[in-house]
Amino acid sequence: MITLPRPDVAAPQRLRARDLRRPPRRTLRELACELPLLLAALVSIVTTVGIIGVLAAETLAFFRLVPLGQFLTDTQWTPLFLEKHFGIVVLLSGTLLTTAIAMLVALPLGLLSAIYLSEYARPGVRRVLKPVLEILAGIPTVVYGYFALLFVTPLLQALIPGLAVFNALSAGIVMGIMILPLVSSMSEDAMAAVPRALREGAYALGATRFEVATQIVVPAALSGIVAAFILAVSRAIGETMIVAIAAGLSPTLTLNPLVPIETMTAYIVQVSQGDTPQGTLEYRTIFAVGTTLFMLTLALNIVSQWVLDRFREEYQ
Amino acid sequence: MVSSPSPSAAAASALFPAAEVAFDIRALSLWYGSFQALRDITLQIPARQVTALIGPSGCGKSSLLRCLNRLNELVPDVRIRGEVYFEGANIYAPDTDPVEVRRRIGMVFQKPNPFPKSIYDNVAWGPRINGYRGNLDELVERSLRRAALWDEVKDKLRQSGLALSGGQQQRLCIARALALEPDVILMDEPCSALDPIATYRIEGLISELKSQYTIVIVTHNMQQASRVSDYTAFMLAGEERVGELIEFAPTSQFFTKPRDKRSEDYITGRFG
Amino acid sequence: MSPPAASYSAPHLMRRRLRGRLFEWLALASTVVAIVVLALLLLDVLHDGLPRLSWSFLTNYPSRLAARAGIAPALVGSVALIVLTAALALPTGIAAAVWLEEYARRSWLTRVIEVNIANLAGVPSIIYGLLGLGLFVRALNLQRSLLAGALTMALLVLPIIILNTREALRAVPRSQREAAYALGATRSQVVWGVVVPAALPGIFTGIILALSRAIGETAPLIVVGAVAFIAFLPTSPLDPFTVLPIQIFNWVSRPQPAFHANAAAAILVLLVVLLSLNATAIVLRDRARRSLRW
Repeated sequence: MITLPRPDVAAPQRLRARDLRRPPRRTLRELACELPLLLAALVSIVTTVGIIGVLAAETLAFFRLVPLGQFLTDTQWTPLFLEKHFGIVVLLSGTLLTTAIAMLVALPLGLLSAIYLSEYARPGVRRVLKPVLEILAGIPTVVYGYFALLFVTPLLQALIPGLAVFNALSAGIVMGIMILPLVSSMSEDAMAAVPRALREGAYALGATRFEVATQIVVPAALSGIVAAFILAVSRAIGETMIVAIAAGLSPTLTLNPLVPIETMTAYIVQVSQGDTPQGTLEYRTIFAVGTTLFMLTLALNIVSQWVLDRFREEYQ
Repeated sequence: MVSSPSPSAAAASALFPAAEVAFDIRALSLWYGSFQALRDITLQIPARQVTALIGPSGCGKSSLLRCLNRLNELVPDVRIRGEVYFEGANIYAPDTDPVEVRRRIGMVFQKPNPFPKSIYDNVAWGPRINGYRGNLDELVERSLRRAALWDEVKDKLRQSGLALSGGQQQRLCIARALALEPDVILMDEPCSALDPIATYRIEGLISELKSQYTIVIVTHNMQQASRVSDYTAFMLAGEERVGELIEFAPTSQFFTKPRDKRSEDYITGRFG
Repeated sequence: MSPPAASYSAPHLMRRRLRGRLFEWLALASTVVAIVVLALLLLDVLHDGLPRLSWSFLTNYPSRLAARAGIAPALVGSVALIVLTAALALPTGIAAAVWLEEYARRSWLTRVIEVNIANLAGVPSIIYGLLGLGLFVRALNLQRSLLAGALTMALLVLPIIILNTREALRAVPRSQREAAYALGATRSQVVWGVVVPAALPGIFTGIILALSRAIGETAPLIVVGAVAFIAFLPTSPLDPFTVLPIQIFNWVSRPQPAFHANAAAAILVLLVVLLSLNATAIVLRDRARRSLRW
């Protein structure tokens, strides 16, 4: 190996403490680099403040004209008619009905498919199925709405006589399919976090795969699965287009899945499509409904996070 | 609180005159949060020699090495007491900039960590960000030659540094450090992730480099220390697992006639 | 001493196995349901919409006559909206993620910002529409313009970009940062010269997810005021606008089957746009990943 002599090097000079001081221009330059980044991070705070501010301002204005008691207890919702009623319960029932139907579809199917992908499927099968689920999750909800109204509803009408064109059932089922990938992937992540040693211990005792999956893995991943379920509910409550297209725009206080209803989200869309002047009571109703929606989903999201944090199983 | 220098350190300062001291470490203590990692290390590291820091794992030798280029400050909650004089200036003086310190001291890490850039850019990045205005091509070639890598990569400078073998990647990291023309190269177990042949080549490289650079090498391999270094500093984690300097001596003397009983026990393998 | 053989009966084991098999089929069926529905959906849309697809469909304006209606303003509006949203959200999102991951010290402010972003990611998109309506359309007086829509969508996708970019930055090994600092680099040199380039593939993933979401969103844009009957192409960010999903929504809501066919055709166009967006971004991401080769 050839070594090159170090070109023109004098004996190492003594450093003075002064040489190691930070050049003031660099400090400024570093700060100048950091500042825009900090401002960008603060935009997220501005978003939240904006949401709360806009919702609060208009909702408070709303409640100056409509007493909170009436809002919570009236059993009709007719803000656009001459005789106005403002019972949020009506819209809430629509939302909860479609959500319940969606959960009946999404939770069992999502959990089962997560168990299949996590405990049963061969790597080749997983490689095909997982992208399919991701595609399902990526389809715009307006497309699902089309599917619900123009494919699922006619199909169900053939099976269930008396099913209205707009109904909670079709919308709920399709919404469930849309949310299925969310439940599946979150549950699967939770199950993947369960260490192999737990499974192997059970197999070594002669347990079947079914028993290991349902009695060992699922309980061990329970906090993640429960969090997934709660998030799924939150997602369903906040969903707009499927219900706006397929569930109807008729506010009805009912638990019957076969008739038209209106959800909170669909109402907001309905009013926004018309030309509602700012400052009117009608304009303010969408914010009152929006606030209800916001508080509901926020509470669910916080509970979901709390479940994850509080009950997260710690594995070495 | 300044403790009197340990006997081995006092003996060490008699070993080489002040003009040939690269680092003068005085009563250095280090805490990570509430955990103390180093206690009152006093040591002088000679210039243009290879000094090995050895000791069982957990004794703080890597922590001490990282004190020399203030790299331990990347860890949050770190606290230093004491002084480290580098060529006459205390690098821990309050108004000293760690960036300026690190420009003058090169470091090679345990696992080769070239940037995911081309071989050329790996070597050129350091000088570029420090405002080098000379001929970069020349500098890159010079550094790669000094790291004994030039002949193997001169036709593929634009290829990714990650395409090289482990031993080549480590030599690339050495070239990267050399490109800044430091006076000192710190090496943190540079061969522990390499195969024996690559190790052999790097040890040969170290022997060549020492005529122009001060090298401080951390190693857990005693044979490597005795092969490669001129001076050896032996550390132990004492009670409460705080790292302390036990003995510092010329390597030949350390391994044949260690002064401290604990050094002797370590060398003969009574503990490791 | 092994347990007496009589305690473990063979039929019991067979029952367990049977139950296991049944369950496995049930679980597989659940997974397959998703695929079946996806296939049905695509087939349905193709069947309804493919006959309606034509060059004139792509270049026509909306019309009361279904056969003459087209998606030109909606298509242009969607593209313009995405470009504008990307221009607003990408720099902001990446900058915010870089600050949180590389600069911020752990403090109450950092924690608040992190929790805030996590919550924002779960807020229903229609709420962002209300925010856009109250803040951009009314308070800032941008009216029902492309800019108001883009600002609204930018805020919507910001949490997605931030969360994904942070993950990408976190995946860069610490040893890379240490090597850069050891060469005497300042923090911004380490971040922009080494960390961000190394995190580029992951950052691309976040961009893909965010923009795919933005293209398919309908509700917030309806609230902000994008209407379906636009008779011209938007030429400036202050013009009124419409987007493909809203056009689809408008046509689906009409009773005439001819408009349903239009809706299906528009859905096909939307899916093609989505697919191309994803494919381009995936190609870019893979190219970036190849040049890194951890």
